[in-house]
Amino acid sequence: MTLIDTEKWREILTTLGQHKLRTSLTAFGVFWGIFMLSVLLGAAKGLENGVMDGFPKVPNGVWVWSGSETQIPYKGMAIGRRVTLRPEDVNDIANNVDSVGFVQGLNSVGIWNGSPPYTVHEDKNGTFFVQGSHEGMALMHSLEVTSGRYLNLIDMDERRKVAVIGSRVKEQLFTDDDQVIGADITINGISFQVIGTFRSLSQGNSTQEEEKIFIPNATLRYAFNQVGWLGSFMLIPKEGVDAAVVEREVKEFLYEKNKIHPDDVGVLGSFNLQQEFDKINGLFLGITFFSWLVAIGTIMAGAIGVGNIMLIVVKERTREIGLRKALGATPASIVIMIVQEAVLITAVAGYLGLVAGVMILELVSAAVEASGGNDMFQRPGVDFSTAVVAVVVLVVSGVLAALLPATKAAKVNPIVALQDE
Amino acid sequence: MIKLNNIHKYYQTGEQSIHVLKGIDLHIKEGELVSIMGSSGSGKSTLLNILGVLDSHDAGHYHLAGQEIKHLKERHAAHLRNALIGFVFQSFNLLPFKNALENVALPLYYQKMGRKERNRRAAQYLEMVGLSDRAGHMPNQLSGGQKQRVAIARALVTQPKVILADEPTGALDSQTTAEVMEVLKHFHGLGNTIVIVTHEQDIANQTQRQIHLRDGLIDTADAAMTPEVVV
Repeated sequence: MTLIDTEKWREILTTLGQHKLRTSLTAFGVFWGIFMLSVLLGAAKGLENGVMDGFPKVPNGVWVWSGSETQIPYKGMAIGRRVTLRPEDVNDIANNVDSVGFVQGLNSVGIWNGSPPYTVHEDKNGTFFVQGSHEGMALMHSLEVTSGRYLNLIDMDERRKVAVIGSRVKEQLFTDDDQVIGADITINGISFQVIGTFRSLSQGNSTQEEEKIFIPNATLRYAFNQVGWLGSFMLIPKEGVDAAVVEREVKEFLYEKNKIHPDDVGVLGSFNLQQEFDKINGLFLGITFFSWLVAIGTIMAGAIGVGNIMLIVVKERTREIGLRKALGATPASIVIMIVQEAVLITAVAGYLGLVAGVMILELVSAAVEASGGNDMFQRPGVDFSTAVVAVVVLVVSGVLAALLPATKAAKVNPIVALQDE
Repeated sequence: MIKLNNIHKYYQTGEQSIHVLKGIDLHIKEGELVSIMGSSGSGKSTLLNILGVLDSHDAGHYHLAGQEIKHLKERHAAHLRNALIGFVFQSFNLLPFKNALENVALPLYYQKMGRKERNRRAAQYLEMVGLSDRAGHMPNQLSGGQKQRVAIARALVTQPKVILADEPTGALDSQTTAEVMEVLKHFHGLGNTIVIVTHEQDIANQTQRQIHLRDGLIDTADAAMTPEVVV
């Protein structure tokens, strides 16, 4: 009595085939449940992708920068003092604040103040923001290197004059025939070698991001007269630490170090996205939960339909079941027979529902893509694990649906069943 | 082969308890061809159900092929029916979506026998009832007599100890009745123990022994009768 018993399956198919309308109506209930599940989850995924794309790729980053002048006298220091961030602060923070997993100082030219420097390649030119960066920070800037490489440690240590340029910078400074990697560009009269190009991964302001040039931060400080100070810190918490904790502890450390009154807010500015990110994450968790709830409800309704039909089937086949029992069928084998039939209906219908749902999602996805993309809705889809869970839910509901009719079938009394009408 | 000692059976209907079998003593030897007769309400169906391990008795002892049949779990009862008893019914009870061969093979399926061996054995028994050429036919393509012969092949395919036939000719005309009786007698000739429940004297006359039931008891006066005496 194995599952792969062709005779048994053929028998089930024959019985189902004799009641095509009934079988298909029953199956439709389950089909619709799984269809709803995949479409709802897929749409939720699309919405989530759309919104999440707007976040930096490293969503728990913390930024700290120099803000306004001090307004409260503290430890003998007068008011009206402007506190700048210093290069040596980086090591101090790394050594003294335990919650920090990563810290680097960043400087820039033309982004916060001043005008973007004038950049020249051969006879082409433009003005582009210049951003200092460090080895391994590409993802923190939400960018992806499309050719060449990103800045590395040697670039940092030797303060090399190398640049990674955005795709729009490349378009403006180079013709299609030019060799970009290895070419020399001049930023404010200082020559840099292009080592890579990138595209922005951020949603919404990618155009602006791709008009940037990234160079080693130390090089920037020495070349553009920012040797003694840092524009901002970029911090990432240690694994498992909340960004808000890092933000608070780093500021407390710097306030203490620079003798700023703890209540003197605004002397150092700071920002982290994690709270927003967590909120949105929670929202989508809720949406996903809700989708599952609705869809499982629908599947259950479908499964109850299957159970109902199986009750009728058992009633109709009472005589057959009685005969089988008289011939030596055990109650267990009768239960298995009925359950298999119900599982077959649910599994096939559910699979078709999954396929139909995925097809709809693919169509929508293609349409979104074709219309040039949408900030709020991107790449809807059902991932593999979700599909597996859906199938498990299905089979389980199929079994549950069949259990009551199956036990009823197992209790059929062969005497009654075989009596002549 | 079959030994009944003082068998009692009650049916509970609401408040009332009906005493259906009031102490049946019966001994059927191996290789006998016996008929059980009785009017409706005499308890012959109940007796047949008890003999067929489809129902349990309330008091007394029932020995089938040396085994005492008592307080069986459903699963065990199913195994016993499968191994020891072959049923033939008035309305054939073939599965309509299976062909003749598959119908005959069905009891072997519940013995978990392999498909090949099942079909080989089933074909062999179909041949014995003279229906080899109908193996692939569905029940609705067979005549009544052919259906009953398929049912007899199905009853025999497990080589049971006892064949219980409940009005096997009740739904057949006289021509096919004779055919089916020939088949049953043929198998009796091969050493099978056969019990036929019938209300047709004509059928009963073709058996070695007639057992008459009346009001839940065996009519002893008739039990002694031989077929010759009745005719």
